[in-house]
Amino acid sequence: MNNAEKLQLQILACKSRMGAIIGTYNAKSGHPGGSLSAADIYTYLYFKEMNVDASNPKMPQRDRFVLSKGHCCPSLYATLALKGYFSFDELNTLRHVGAMLQGHPDMKGTPGIDMSSGSLGQGVSAACGMALAGKLDNSNYRVYTLLGDGECEEGQVWEAAMFAAHHKLDNVCFIVDCNGLQIDGPVAEIGGIEPLDEKFASFGFNVIKIDGHDFDQIAAAFAKAKTADGKPTVIIASTIKGKGVSFMENQVGWHGTAPNKEQYEQAMSELEAQLKKLEGEQ
Amino acid sequence: MAEVINKATRESFGMALCELAKTNDDIVVLDADLAAATKTSIFQKAYPERFIDCGIAEGNMIGVSAGLAAAGKVPFAASFAMFATGRAYEQIRNSVAYPCLNVKIAGSHAGISTGEDGATHQCCEDIALMRTLPGMTVLNPADHYEMIEAVKAAYAHKGPVYIRLGRLAVDSFNDPATYKFELGKGITLCQGNDITIIATGLVVRESLLACEELKAKGINARLINIHTIKPIDRDIIIKAAKETGRIVTVEEHNVIGGLGDAVCDVVSAECPVKVTKIGVNDKFGYSGPAKELLEIFGLCKDNIAKVVADIVNNEK
Repeated sequence: MNNAEKLQLQILACKSRMGAIIGTYNAKSGHPGGSLSAADIYTYLYFKEMNVDASNPKMPQRDRFVLSKGHCCPSLYATLALKGYFSFDELNTLRHVGAMLQGHPDMKGTPGIDMSSGSLGQGVSAACGMALAGKLDNSNYRVYTLLGDGECEEGQVWEAAMFAAHHKLDNVCFIVDCNGLQIDGPVAEIGGIEPLDEKFASFGFNVIKIDGHDFDQIAAAFAKAKTADGKPTVIIASTIKGKGVSFMENQVGWHGTAPNKEQYEQAMSELEAQLKKLEGEQ
Repeated sequence: MAEVINKATRESFGMALCELAKTNDDIVVLDADLAAATKTSIFQKAYPERFIDCGIAEGNMIGVSAGLAAAGKVPFAASFAMFATGRAYEQIRNSVAYPCLNVKIAGSHAGISTGEDGATHQCCEDIALMRTLPGMTVLNPADHYEMIEAVKAAYAHKGPVYIRLGRLAVDSFNDPATYKFELGKGITLCQGNDITIIATGLVVRESLLACEELKAKGINARLINIHTIKPIDRDIIIKAAKETGRIVTVEEHNVIGGLGDAVCDVVSAECPVKVTKIGVNDKFGYSGPAKELLEIFGLCKDNIAKVVADIVNNEK
């Protein structure tokens, strides 16, 4: 990836973060923290990695994405809008009555959403089902699913992990957005999920650890995932909850709290400054 | 008269899947380490490449089924009714029913006729759980021939379906030459205007036998077989309420949330008549041979006939 490409991704990720702030501010609710930590991964998936067509969201041979940590949809919606699935203005009515963009992903109502999700632990199983369907049909599409580190406390994640390895689903790639925080506090103090890499390795996964905000590392990880033969891959992405907005970074309180007007304005001015700087480097 | 087949509906289910799979490549069958018991083993033997044993992980099995359906397959996921609808209830709600995915869920060993395994395995709440889910179709076939047709109808229907399967072998009473399964339509098995018995599943045949006994005593009971508990056949129930004025429901399920409540919903809104519910009276079961338990719980022809006769005689 050259610098121009990387800058382009950084700009798109910054816009995705702005979408998450706009969405949660207008909704007066929602989950900015995890939306900001996952924005770089969404951006890479939709703009570099996945074979998708925004004008044909149901294309049978498309790659699929399941947001298992469904609450982090505001920035995913923004990424989908930037990709052209729907208007960015939809974020203004996120979570409103009658709005297209639901509080958690709704595959029936939102173009580009491949699976309804929100109840933690369930998306990973659905991703495995899609990957299995691909194997049964000898299709070569790939399936990606993003889950939270706190989500790894759910037993179903490990049922799904066992299933993926047992059925040799090398076409499925889990990404764990390890931002270290869950609603009640630091993941390390609540769930005891570590050592996550060893757990996944012992479950039969190809394990890759990266900085989830570094596009070179993200690119290398997804490239390596494709070479795994007979094994599912997990990318354990170390991230910063609230990434990009100074007062939200690494603050557990921003898991599920919307910014007020003053906070919204500060967050947007910070992101706008970042965007301006990135665009200036183009 | 048609040949009487003594077979558990779980076995008829397994046979029906094989038959359907001959012409439908999109069928995939999943089980959670109970294939020999749910009889998906019949399918497994015929179509091993389309059979997925998920191991003892029902929640994941339902999630995998949702993913298969989202990618165009028609998965039939089977386990005991207790685990399919109980353990995996939330997965069914959020990963199948909410996105209205084309997943068929089969719960075998339903009701107290599971027998010796006892209360932990005798699911008398599955119909209640599945009925509450928007868009879920709930089927409870009564004999071999009905199950064969119900599985075909479940496949033809686009959307989530729950099918209840029994463990106990029961004699068939339907005639395949004339039998017609219509999703959402009840079947009148006996004509009569003194009272109406509305039954579902394994106890339909017991109700049929009870009707014969009652007839010998001069009581003409109408008998309606409800194989589709949701969407329920409102017309047939309202007509029965109007014409007979009294209803008895019979089900191998808790009296809370099952067929009886579904019938009460209809009549209380449209044509209020007294409804007496024969079922499992908000209790857990216990170990014992299935037939003995069915008698103890009053889910046998003698008790059905007695309850009906008492009502009719007291109201004369």
